[in-house]
Amino acid sequence: MSLLPPADDEATGLPGLRRWRSVYLVVAGIFVTWVMLLTVLTKLYS
Amino acid sequence: MNALDYLVLLGVLVGIAAYGMWATRGHRDLRSYLKGGNTHWLTIGLSVMATQASAITFLSTPGQGYESGIGFVQNYFGAPLALILIAAVFLPIYRRLNVYTAYEYLGKRFDPKTRLLGAGLFLVQRGLGAGITIYAPAIVLSTVMGWRLDATIVCSGLLVIAYTVSGGSAAVNLTQKYQIGVIFVGMIAAFFVLLSKLPAGLGLGDALAVAGGFHKLEAVDFSLNPDRRYTVWTGVLGGMFLALSYFGTDQSQVQRYLTGASLRESRLGLMFNAVFKIPMQFFILLLGALVFVFYQFERPPVFFNQAAWHQAAANGAGDKLRTLEADFNTAHAEKQRHVNAWLAARHAGDPAAAETERAAALAANARTEAARAETRTVLKANDPKALANDSDYVFVTFILGYLPHGVIGLLMAVFFAAAFSSKAGELNALGSTTVVDFYRHVVKRAASDAHYVTASKWFTAVWGFFAIGFALFCNLAENLIQATNIIGSIFYGVVLGLFLVAFFVKWVSGTAVFWAAVVSQLLVFVLYATLSISYLWYNIIGCAACMLLSIILQMFLPRMTPVDTDKATV
Repeated sequence: MSLLPPADDEATGLPGLRRWRSVYLVVAGIFVTWVMLLTVLTKLYS
Repeated sequence: MNALDYLVLLGVLVGIAAYGMWATRGHRDLRSYLKGGNTHWLTIGLSVMATQASAITFLSTPGQGYESGIGFVQNYFGAPLALILIAAVFLPIYRRLNVYTAYEYLGKRFDPKTRLLGAGLFLVQRGLGAGITIYAPAIVLSTVMGWRLDATIVCSGLLVIAYTVSGGSAAVNLTQKYQIGVIFVGMIAAFFVLLSKLPAGLGLGDALAVAGGFHKLEAVDFSLNPDRRYTVWTGVLGGMFLALSYFGTDQSQVQRYLTGASLRESRLGLMFNAVFKIPMQFFILLLGALVFVFYQFERPPVFFNQAAWHQAAANGAGDKLRTLEADFNTAHAEKQRHVNAWLAARHAGDPAAAETERAAALAANARTEAARAETRTVLKANDPKALANDSDYVFVTFILGYLPHGVIGLLMAVFFAAAFSSKAGELNALGSTTVVDFYRHVVKRAASDAHYVTASKWFTAVWGFFAIGFALFCNLAENLIQATNIIGSIFYGVVLGLFLVAFFVKWVSGTAVFWAAVVSQLLVFVLYATLSISYLWYNIIGCAACMLLSIILQMFLPRMTPVDTDKATV
């Protein structure tokens, strides 16, 4: 058996996000959104 | 602080600690003592957050926002990416191996000496960190409250030791959940009280405009200059390596999410932090920037550590300091006039006049900053051991001067709750690692669960007393939150390198990675002593050096046999 785990080895239990890969994509998307909002804040008030 | 404040402070701190001890009194076997119960994802998420967010976070970070603006938020840009990687790769392996500590995995993958090296590096850096965790709030709060520093350190340290030793990991998780609740309530209360204290007619939009006008809202910096401490690149790259190492290999965090009832609960706990870490830090920094705005309309002290100022004034520097204070007050009054004129022009829709007044306010601000810098020089000349950095005193000075009674007690409880939550996590991890990776592995291999639980309690207490001892004798000139991150960055890169080789470079053996880690750690020490680059880069340098050297060394060493490779897999 490999040291690397299979990508989705347990259900997420989250509505609309059945695979962990989807959860990670959503979280990464939220991160990008935060950076964009902070960039806008910087542009607006500098 | 009055009687109401003390009632709130002691009620919150002692109440949570006592409840933690009472609720976890039945945990007797090693598994429940070190791993806690079957914890829900929200408790894990809050516990992970509480372990990282120490008192330093809530004392120092608003001071950073006041002093340098909110750019420090970039330091956390790497955290969400690191947490995703940990949830996807690290966590399933830890759970499948059913380890108590992250370093047990190194032993299974490599060999005993590499396990001991990883555990040893953790004990050194986290042991020092635990000292700072308890020293940081004590030095600031004892100074402003007039309490004895040694008594503050000892009393707060003993309370944490009591419930951490008594209830183990379950008590830590449980108390952290309530402590972080107190922290959220306290910080939100401070935010709204702060807004209510701004001059009549000054809304949040104006406040942000003033903060922005003084360059306090420059959240992101895309500069490639390596000498700049906080940029998007140091945050995403250096911050990711720091977060990967801290959340993925530091036992104080690993132990938090290994308590999960299932892989799902642990993963969701980590994702909770991936989503909320950046907004939380942003909010705390913004609070500091708004305190800066508040002090444009109320005159602040020339030096926020007033105890140090008065001491120097009494020790022969009084004339110089009072002259500087007068210069500061004159410049501040002028700045206040220009800020009011700037806002009036802004409201009148006259951008040219607004810009002129803003430029005049900035010039006056430069004079206040010059007076502050000169004050620091005088204080340092008067007493070379004096702390010349007063940014850690900004927020607490505001709280004590302007918040209503009851809320002051709540905010003091926030600082101590934050100190307790992170210190408890650290002591819990230090005790666990000492027992699992050293005592059970090297000293006494076959003993009963009850014996190891007793040993865990003793080692947790010993580390607690070590932290108290370190705190009683340390003296830090750096901003406290930076001191913690600097210590972490010096060690974390190499430890992360050990784990990344373990996870991803399967043909490298223990001997190669062990010596690569030793050489890389020495290299980081030398570079830190000789270079002036941002400390976040040492996370990458240490990690890259360890990985690269282990691969090169492996080329000259016998490869792992198929039997060894099988042993390394699960």
